[in-house]
Amino acid sequence: MTRKQWLLSGFVAFTCLASSAAVSGPIENYSPVTAQRLENPEPNNWMLYRRTYDGQGYSPLDQINTSNVKNLTPVWTFATGVVEGHQAPPIVNNGAMFVTTPMGQVIALNAKTGDEYWRYKRQLPDDLFQLHPTNRGVGLWEDKLYLATTDDHVVALDAKTGKVLWDTKVQDYRKGQYLTLMPLIVDGKVIVGGSGGEFGVRGYIVAYDAKDGKELWRTYTIPGEGEPGHDTWQGDDWKNGGGSAWMTGNYDKETKTIYWGVGNAAPWPGETHPGDNLYTASVLALDPETGKIKAYHQYHQNDSWDWDEVEAPMLIDLQRNGRTIKSLVHPGRDAIFWVLERTPTKINYVAGWPFVFTDVWKGIDETGKPIVDPAHKPVIGKRVEFCPSLWGGKDWPSAAYSQRTGLVYVPANENFCGGFTGEKVPLKPGELWLGTKPEDIGLKVKPGADHFGELQAWDPATGKKVWQHNFPKSQLFGSVTATAGDLVFVGGTNDRNFRAFHAKTGELLWEQKTNSGIVGMPVSYEIDGTQYIAIQSGWGVDAQRIQDALATNNIGIEANVPQGGVVWVFALKK
Amino acid sequence: MSSAPFNVHPSPSDNIAEPEADAGIEQTRRTLLLGALATTACLGCSPPARAGEDPPGSDERPQKGDVLVFSEGDQEGKLISAADVKAGGPPLHAWPKDPNTSVVRSASRLNEILIIKLDPADLDEKTRARAVDGIIAYSAICSHAGCPVTAWVKSDVGDKEVFKCMCHNSEFDPRAGAQVVFGPAPRRLAALPLALADGSLTVAGNFMGKVGGTQPG
Repeated sequence: MTRKQWLLSGFVAFTCLASSAAVSGPIENYSPVTAQRLENPEPNNWMLYRRTYDGQGYSPLDQINTSNVKNLTPVWTFATGVVEGHQAPPIVNNGAMFVTTPMGQVIALNAKTGDEYWRYKRQLPDDLFQLHPTNRGVGLWEDKLYLATTDDHVVALDAKTGKVLWDTKVQDYRKGQYLTLMPLIVDGKVIVGGSGGEFGVRGYIVAYDAKDGKELWRTYTIPGEGEPGHDTWQGDDWKNGGGSAWMTGNYDKETKTIYWGVGNAAPWPGETHPGDNLYTASVLALDPETGKIKAYHQYHQNDSWDWDEVEAPMLIDLQRNGRTIKSLVHPGRDAIFWVLERTPTKINYVAGWPFVFTDVWKGIDETGKPIVDPAHKPVIGKRVEFCPSLWGGKDWPSAAYSQRTGLVYVPANENFCGGFTGEKVPLKPGELWLGTKPEDIGLKVKPGADHFGELQAWDPATGKKVWQHNFPKSQLFGSVTATAGDLVFVGGTNDRNFRAFHAKTGELLWEQKTNSGIVGMPVSYEIDGTQYIAIQSGWGVDAQRIQDALATNNIGIEANVPQGGVVWVFALKK
Repeated sequence: MSSAPFNVHPSPSDNIAEPEADAGIEQTRRTLLLGALATTACLGCSPPARAGEDPPGSDERPQKGDVLVFSEGDQEGKLISAADVKAGGPPLHAWPKDPNTSVVRSASRLNEILIIKLDPADLDEKTRARAVDGIIAYSAICSHAGCPVTAWVKSDVGDKEVFKCMCHNSEFDPRAGAQVVFGPAPRRLAALPLALADGSLTVAGNFMGKVGGTQPG
């Protein structure tokens, strides 16, 4: 090696350290992740976005239960050093925990002690426009981790050391393409969906080979010329029709089918893109081998409210009218609690009902299409008000299903309405393309409202609400997790509390104030016979946007909620 | 619960057959394997320029002597004179332009500028020193997450109008060096000193302060 080569290699090593610096790592005895482990995960782990491919957000651990949850106490915390919305579940694989933060950091921790193994820091471009500075977690496969970034790359890291193994550019961040989701890993494929519905992108879902980052397939959520569904668009509207797919899908391992939620049409006012606009505001059933669309269901047509339906529906076996239904359950942003049936070739509408007040829908027809009230559908040149608000009855934070109670727990918001004046705006790639002025977007509290957030418990088989807990001075903007201890855990409120409820009755059993508001997802795991509950506290993004809007409604709510990420881990006091 | 009428029709036992769509693969990937390039870990440190699209100098920051042109609206590309800037706002959005090469520095969004005219008596001393007859300029890029600062609205925390980033609601007071008055932004907007040449506004120096969003760590 020449001196010049030696200096160069030294420089390369130094620059790599700047991106991924080991603290006390590497992780010893890391457990490789296999298809079998993901399909039948051990109760002590949380290796997928919602722990299991069915998206239920349910832990079978029951050491912490309704009788002893009052003794839940913090056992360790870890400051991420990052502000904005910490939305990722702490992912746990046999004692190793991986958390992601806004700005593209991955932190590997000892799940028992909180000691740091290593940290990866994404070096984001200076000119990046982060509308949603967040990240929702890493996917696991073999001895690698997979991170999707806001500068629109998918990165593979060595799980043991945090070193970068491959880095694939997905699309161009300068054109409003970005990623915030946790990749879905299925049989060695890393599957992600793009964000960018507010930038006039054409949405897509794409799969990469977990080994080397090679693209395997890409399915556009807006059908191109000659594809089924293309005739639901006019002219060239489809080219910038939105339909971003920015949340992790779920997977039916029996039929080998992925179910993926699709977002709003672009720009917002439906008048600017006449037609049903497939596959916006839909769920797609995809073949993970090819990306081929097997089936779909469109929740609502000609979206005009920014009502992304991106949270993938939960896969639940329901007993309904004397038969078992392989269902898809989706409490929608459009305020409708959807129950669908999945078959190998179709998705059938089963039932739907409003779970919060809505004046947009008059009802649902027999095919499952909601019937719109034109008085509450945004148009060009006139301000239109509608309920619920842009953030919907439930935004992206996940609902959960308890296999013990048979109930679905929904982080809902009531008494919020919205409105805007539609306008025709030319598209400039990389710039916001809403079809209205951002400063015109409103959130109005309904007069006389005595609460906003609602944690709701529904029986999806009967459509009956079993219980509801109201939050008088806060929205509810955090994901829900249920456990076999008959507990439901959720943060999501502006008072910084993390709470546990009785899954059968809704009784508040425990709460702990944290450093910041919680917009993340609770998880549960077990090490050496001790059950832990973990959550990231770190307020930001849309929860704060709602907070700012609440503060302008002159109802005695302040805008400021402290920011800064901290991982909290709890166990029973011994 | 909803009090609005909401009629749900029971679903029929059979559904309409769903069409199937073939997935086309767009070959746009750029995959880099470790070992092929040892700099993999630092991909994204400095994104490549859009080769072949932008003329030389178009991604460089504003420089002394640059003139200013409208970056949006009916007059996009037209030179901005002092008379174009109406007192009291709203701000104009501008790009710097090299008067020698006529290159508009629009290849980097970090170059977009807000120009506003306010009563010089309302400006603090440092801000007034950078102004031309009350006309002042700042970076249009929010110091929080790099979004564009687009609004000129009454502050959420006072009675004055302020620059507002509608992404995450940060507010900046242009009278006081665009200091943060509300929201998550960690620091003021970068300021751009101005001068006047033949009735046109020109750039009198480099941006003062860091342009763009913050990344921790």
